Amino acid sequence: MELTSQFIQLIFSGLTIGSIYALVAIGFVITYNITGVLNFAQGDFAMLGAMLAITFVSMDIPMGLGIILSIGIVVLVGGIFERTAIYPARNASLPTLIIITLGVAIAIRGLAILIWGTQPRSLPPFTENNPINVLNAVLLPQSIWAVGISVVSLIAMHYFFNKTFIGKAVTACVVNRSAARLMGIKPEWMSFISIAVSAGLGAIAGIIIAPISGATYEMGLMIGMKAFVAAVIGGLTNAPAAIIGAFMIGILESFTEGLWTSGYKDAISFALLLLVLFFMPNGLFAKATGKRV
Amino acid sequence: MNHSRVNDLYNRHYGGLFLFIVVLAIVPFFVNSFFLSVLILVGLYAIVTTGLTMLMGYAGQISLGHAAFYGVGAYASAVMTGTHGMPGIVGVLVGVILSIVIAVLIGIPTLKLKENYLALATLGFGIIIFTFFKELKEITGGLNGFFGIPSFSLFGFSFDTDLKFYFLIWVLLIIGILFSKNVIDSRVGRALRSIHGSDIAANSIGVNIQQYKLKVFVLSAVYASVAGSLYAHYVTFINPNLFTAMESINFLIMVVIGGSANIWGGMIGAIVYVLLNELLKDIVPVFFPNVGGEFQIVFFGVLLVAILIYMPQGLAPTLGKLWGRLVGRKSKKQAVTGPPNADATVGGSK
Repeated sequence: MELTSQFIQLIFSGLTIGSIYALVAIGFVITYNITGVLNFAQGDFAMLGAMLAITFVSMDIPMGLGIILSIGIVVLVGGIFERTAIYPARNASLPTLIIITLGVAIAIRGLAILIWGTQPRSLPPFTENNPINVLNAVLLPQSIWAVGISVVSLIAMHYFFNKTFIGKAVTACVVNRSAARLMGIKPEWMSFISIAVSAGLGAIAGIIIAPISGATYEMGLMIGMKAFVAAVIGGLTNAPAAIIGAFMIGILESFTEGLWTSGYKDAISFALLLLVLFFMPNGLFAKATGKRV
Repeated sequence: MNHSRVNDLYNRHYGGLFLFIVVLAIVPFFVNSFFLSVLILVGLYAIVTTGLTMLMGYAGQISLGHAAFYGVGAYASAVMTGTHGMPGIVGVLVGVILSIVIAVLIGIPTLKLKENYLALATLGFGIIIFTFFKELKEITGGLNGFFGIPSFSLFGFSFDTDLKFYFLIWVLLIIGILFSKNVIDSRVGRALRSIHGSDIAANSIGVNIQQYKLKVFVLSAVYASVAGSLYAHYVTFINPNLFTAMESINFLIMVVIGGSANIWGGMIGAIVYVLLNELLKDIVPVFFPNVGGEFQIVFFGVLLVAILIYMPQGLAPTLGKLWGRLVGRKSKKQAVTGPPNADATVGGSK
């Protein structure tokens, strides 16, 4: 394979994986902005979405319907999670809340072992997966689906938060919680909505990655942590920056894997996380605000 | 009243401690070899969680990377004694030095930041270290693991049976807990408590918050490393999968179960966790015959959430009261050695 085609190939796979991270990272950013919680269960929503979709498809339910059902169920799970675990502890300290989300994450993971076992499963591609040749590089239609669905979801999110009534209420809570409360917005409900929506985004991410790299009960851990890195690179409060961060991580990973070694792939991403935390704790794109320092 | 208060402050209930030590010294002679190995595991975990308890309860920081320090200690000992044939103590020291260096490097930048960036940084560092264990195959043996770690010996005395090892671990644990207690009652502990009251006030009267937090973080890393070294000597075979992010989370679960508000919480958490884990491994397959993997985690996940919501101080205060009654003392102890933060398991800024 010549160099340019290999280069394009790596860009393709980087964008594909980056779009998955972007969806999950946006979930982090939404949850973090509204509740102040780093939700460690975010990646496990992706796993849940993937596993449910695989189950529905194996039950001969049409794929589109199965996918919508899975996303719906995960949104519901996200809502239940907020009501049963976050809401009762809303006055606890932040570290406590963070550990609660960790608890939920491993509970979901354990439940997945009980229901689906530990064997990896896979979802058939959304459409026929004949490779397309682009400048001697191979592009799988599923990758186009992945990037396409992510972009559509991200645009939908943008519309939701800027144009709809509920979305604007959520945004108001981010901007100024007490002022929003004075205007009659209940921050508690906004926290419910934000976690449910983030769960749905996670589910979408899981479903689009399942035909590409399969699904296991523990896939949520890595997806979640990579998305974390992306969100931190973006500064945790800035959604567009988190998306850019996600694609950076995706491309960095695919290049590390393609040109050097797959073994150190994870180490590279997390080394980047440490570097960002150490030198630019407000994210790569933030002006110095001093908020976190 | 006044007298008993002074007693509480300075006498520190060595009677109860003495009784506890007597029980610990007798127990191994009445249990079978399986249970003895479980107790050794409890002791090893408890050394890690004691350090973590200090970090969470008194510095209000979460670490999601202590399995990595545990692993650093384990591999340092494995390589020093197994590959280079050095005495056991050298392995322990190399592990400790490495852990101190790493903890300082991670702690200095992240502990300056508000919010829980240490959690993220330790998580990232844990995964990096795991990758090194996995990929540095010439040194660590990679995923195949490291075989043939000799048993631990100190000044010519070899801890080559489970019984000897049991005493080594638990003596070390008690020393560790007492040392932590002293740290908490010392200048460092008082400073950390003042940070909880108000970090701005503490800072303005000259308490260097970051420095104290860093000290506790480094100390907790040292505890984990020492436990890891001894673990390697005990099991004689280690592989990278023993030191994953999930292991770090397990340590965290133990601390939450026991409660980080009390220095004994780490040990109590380790005991409850290990026993529950063994119990679940026996019970769950009765209901789910085909189950594999770490299915117990569903239970621990729910337990973790439930404890944090309904019993945010963990089991230690409750058990402390029972213990106080058992050794015939009203538990006024809580008021003195109790938590700096009475409202939640983990302190720190809201």
